[in-house]
Amino acid sequence: MRYEAPESLEGAVALLAGAKGETRVLAGGTDLLVQMRADIVEPDLIVDIKKIPETRAIAEEKGGWRIGAAVTGAELKEHPRLKKVWPGVIEAANLIGSTQVQGRATMGGNLCNGSPAADSVPALIAAGAVATLAGPNGKRDLPVEDVMLGPRKLALQKGEIVASFLLPPRPPRSSDAYLRFIPRTEMDIAVVGAGVSLTVDGAGVITAARVALGAVAARVLLVPEAAQAIIGGRLDKPAQDRLEAAAQAACRPIDDKRGTVEFRIQVAGVLARRAALIALDRARSN
Amino acid sequence: MAETNGHANGTNGQHAVGTRTIRPDGVDKVTGRARFGADYNLPGQLVGRVLRSPHAHARIVSIDIRKAEALPGVKAVITRDDFPDQPSEFIPAGEMMMNYKDVVRNVMAREKALYEGHAVAAVAATSVAIARKALKLIDVTYEVLPHVIDVVAAMAANAPLLHDDLFTAGVEPKPDKPSNIAKRIEIKLGDVDAGFAKADLVVDREFKTAPVHQGYIEPHAALATVSEDGTTECWTTTQGHFIVRAHCARLLGLDIGKVRVTATEIGGGFGGKTVVYLEPLAIALSKKAKRPVKMVMSREEVFKASGPTSGATVRVKLGATKDGKFVAAFAELKYQAGAFQGSPVQPGVMCAYAPYDIENVHVIGYDVVSNRPKVAAYRAPGAPISEYAVESVVDEIAKKLGIDPIQLRMMNAAREGTKAAYGPKFGPIGLEETLNSIKKTEHWNTPLRKWQGRGVASGFWFNIGGETCVSLTVNEDGTISLMAGTPDIGGLRASLAAVAADELGVPYDKVRPIIGDTGSLGFNFLTGGSRSAFSGSMAIVEAAKLIKADLIARAGKLWEAKPDQVEWRDGAVRPLGALAEKVKPMTVADFAKVAGKTGGPIAGLGRINAQGAGPSFGTHLVDLEVDPETGRVTILRYTVAQDAGKALHPAYVEGQYQGGAVQGIGWALNEEYIYGEDGKLQNAGFLDYRMPVASDVPMIDTVLVEVANPKHPYGVRGVGETPIVPPLGAIANAIENATGIRFTELPMSPPKVLKALTDKGLNKVS
Amino acid sequence: MAKHHVEAIVNGDPVEFLCETEETLLDVLRETLHLTGSKEGCASGDCGACSVMLDGRLVCSCLVLAAEVGGRRVDTIEGMATGETLHPLQQEFLKHAALQCGICTPGVLVAAKALLDRNTSPSETEVRYWLAGNLCRCTGYDKIVTAVMDTAAAMRKG
Repeated sequence: MRYEAPESLEGAVALLAGAKGETRVLAGGTDLLVQMRADIVEPDLIVDIKKIPETRAIAEEKGGWRIGAAVTGAELKEHPRLKKVWPGVIEAANLIGSTQVQGRATMGGNLCNGSPAADSVPALIAAGAVATLAGPNGKRDLPVEDVMLGPRKLALQKGEIVASFLLPPRPPRSSDAYLRFIPRTEMDIAVVGAGVSLTVDGAGVITAARVALGAVAARVLLVPEAAQAIIGGRLDKPAQDRLEAAAQAACRPIDDKRGTVEFRIQVAGVLARRAALIALDRARSN
Repeated sequence: MAETNGHANGTNGQHAVGTRTIRPDGVDKVTGRARFGADYNLPGQLVGRVLRSPHAHARIVSIDIRKAEALPGVKAVITRDDFPDQPSEFIPAGEMMMNYKDVVRNVMAREKALYEGHAVAAVAATSVAIARKALKLIDVTYEVLPHVIDVVAAMAANAPLLHDDLFTAGVEPKPDKPSNIAKRIEIKLGDVDAGFAKADLVVDREFKTAPVHQGYIEPHAALATVSEDGTTECWTTTQGHFIVRAHCARLLGLDIGKVRVTATEIGGGFGGKTVVYLEPLAIALSKKAKRPVKMVMSREEVFKASGPTSGATVRVKLGATKDGKFVAAFAELKYQAGAFQGSPVQPGVMCAYAPYDIENVHVIGYDVVSNRPKVAAYRAPGAPISEYAVESVVDEIAKKLGIDPIQLRMMNAAREGTKAAYGPKFGPIGLEETLNSIKKTEHWNTPLRKWQGRGVASGFWFNIGGETCVSLTVNEDGTISLMAGTPDIGGLRASLAAVAADELGVPYDKVRPIIGDTGSLGFNFLTGGSRSAFSGSMAIVEAAKLIKADLIARAGKLWEAKPDQVEWRDGAVRPLGALAEKVKPMTVADFAKVAGKTGGPIAGLGRINAQGAGPSFGTHLVDLEVDPETGRVTILRYTVAQDAGKALHPAYVEGQYQGGAVQGIGWALNEEYIYGEDGKLQNAGFLDYRMPVASDVPMIDTVLVEVANPKHPYGVRGVGETPIVPPLGAIANAIENATGIRFTELPMSPPKVLKALTDKGLNKVS
Repeated sequence: MAKHHVEAIVNGDPVEFLCETEETLLDVLRETLHLTGSKEGCASGDCGACSVMLDGRLVCSCLVLAAEVGGRRVDTIEGMATGETLHPLQQEFLKHAALQCGICTPGVLVAAKALLDRNTSPSETEVRYWLAGNLCRCTGYDKIVTAVMDTAAAMRKG
């Protein structure tokens, strides 16, 4: 089993594009090492991307924020300004696992692991984040909601990696929130995840919104109908009910050891509503 | 608080017992120096790994190990052929019974693989990579058979049969067809039919629980080395190294005297490390390979191949007068034993109604095999399940009769002189004291808000004594070496050192306790049954008596005194009467200086079969909050009141109360073995086997009740097991209090709670 | 396949070792460097018994490849005391009986120290959530939390 730690995107891409056999990208390793130990995967080549500067940087860009794919949840939390602009994205990344896991886990890894229950993904999608991919044919951008196609299936071509995420510029009076349901208070994989990002005008009316749901379908869903349900109002009770219904209608979950179909659908509605209320509260005070 | 022989208040001159001393093994544990099972290594050791059945039920047609044996780096491969068969013979194993015919088959599958994870072969190799490769080269031909998991399904007439030589014991006439029902037992007191006829209210309910694992953080580990003459040494993380020695000697045809087992520090057991899994394999491999072999289970193996406790179906029918007096109690317990018979249904039957004084009791129990790992003991084995059911019904009766739940239990509480349905008459016991303590707490008197609920439940464990051997030695400088033979799983050494210090009148930090290996002491039964502090302290008292008698004799010679002129008092041998003007008292340290001149080393062996273990009763109080929109239950507040008799070390007794309560919280709310249709375990890891984490629970307040056990020199009662008995009922009762819904199935996980709330239209916050 | 040659700093001392790609930092700490204080409870990052500090960051060593730590600093339980003087956390744990079997204790201490190094007055809730990745089956967490909070208070005093 080979281990390489290239220091440039081109180096990483070349290794991945040219490799024969099973290859895996290593960022935080909080999924890869577990899968290796469980004999789910036995890579021939591991490409550690943490020495590549683009994957580790957090910087403002054209009014938005570019976050490297290998920035850890803990580093995101410690950034002095990110959590004021994107509290939902930051809290989502910091719900993954434990303090120890957050010291290593990255949003790039969380997305590319291909689990529909990934915590940071609904928040990124609600935020309208765009993933910048680097590959043998150069760089290209893909909205995060288009990166995961299904469980462990990504829209990446051979040799492509996610290098960074771009969070768009934030209009005033905008904020976001992420909630998930787990049976304990920490440590569980999300049974349902809901990310909501919204903007209000001076009168407190929601002018823009995005709602994303995790762990309720084969991929993380962007639910435009749920957003439509709340745009144009102040999230009064009828709007909340419409939001809940729209969220539930979008779900296509499975029964598994973490939750039943029934439970996931029901709770998806509850969480979408609660996350929207938190985002609204935050947006109003921004 | 009763006085007992003057020991309880330190008349030996010292006062370590009952105080919060620093445990003597503590520094090593907070620095990472302490050596647990997987921390031991021997030069030249090989790595041992186990091949396990992927099928829940299959006949093993053939095992071909030739390719594995031929792999370079593989030094030994073992299968069922390396273990002689054992005849059927039931042997008491503490609180449960066992049969070596089953043990040899559990350790290494023989005719059949009876659960996913059942050991089928094992290898010893020079590296982990080679061992893993070797396992893949072992060719096992299985004939897959239909499997059965659920206990009720396993009892059905047409269920897949695990053992064609298992006939239900305890039924008349003797059955001629084999069954998965290994045994039927029952206890009877009075006449329940007459009793129910007198009842104004009868509640009859059925409950279901899932198997749960003890959840010790340290996986099983063993290191063995066998010499050419059969001398065997084994280091293992175990609750009973003398038991390990006995099992391994028996399974492998060795002289017990040739096998020396050392108990390493143990990272949790809770009953799950009272049996053997890796030790016989490591020894057999080492014998074949002629090199030491080290084996450690992965977490997945721990879940799949070591014994959880039973899942069960329990029916409880309890009748009471309108004033709240229980007049008749019936229960039927169906406990799943796993692949071989021996569930804890017997203690479950015994404990079900034990906290109550009821004239008419009838409890029936079934021990049922199914294609799951053989169950092992889990802290008060069997009792949490039956008492969950009983305490739930008691609560329902309280509600229906409009009687305060503590008051109802008080009215029916077992007291000194009550005859328990399973036989004995209770001596002094502390159930009422625990109920009263709870009633007096601020917790009980704090108002609740909407969607919050409060629940109370009582519980009990009978506790055991058993064979114990300890040695006390006075060293040349007056320090004391104490060697006990029961592994220390939670602070035992601190408690025993305090007793030894007080008995011999030396300061606490002059006593150095160790846990001796099997070659150093007479037989010690295992750490379990809440016995180690109870029995160990009793044996220390005996050893100290011998030493004190010896010192008195030495003083007699030194002082040329008659026996009535010399006594031991307040930590020294003292001259009496006129002699006191001629000679000064001598402490243990004084004698140590002249030991050689006065007869040789000063030492005493305490050898007992400890009797008189007193039961420990407890009452738990819990407040919780239910989120009606998601079904999530949050524990807000928790209080444990339990009778310790005498707390040798209050902090470690509190620790037992708190630890058991939190295990109960996990069992009640989230822990369960989840099986697929294929009979395979789906949650064999800490991610999806959901034990409580620090943020899941509040502080666990404790009330130390002390109703002295008159049969112990210090009044001690075992305390380790009772704490896990009340939580299941208390939490179910609190959820009922919060929602009006009685949950009769554990765990009460969010999907179940939400569904029940939604079905009643209650799933809204306002 | 040739092994990786790694140089790192462990508990302040330079170390050098060879490792396979698939060996984790935990494997190397325990088997190669003979620092058995960090424990394997699950090998999947769910129990925290293997907690160490990597360049000042609290991580599960079972989720770090040994090959990754070249040029980096690892701090384990074995480095927590200073000579014969136990760290205040270690002392408070003994005083409060915040351990029973002790298997989780090294991981809990490393994690708790990481918290107190960042936050000198954590609330009970903050302590519990910070330690949520450290499973303990014996204590029910009560005395652990009390010991951490009392240590914080003692360290604030001076």
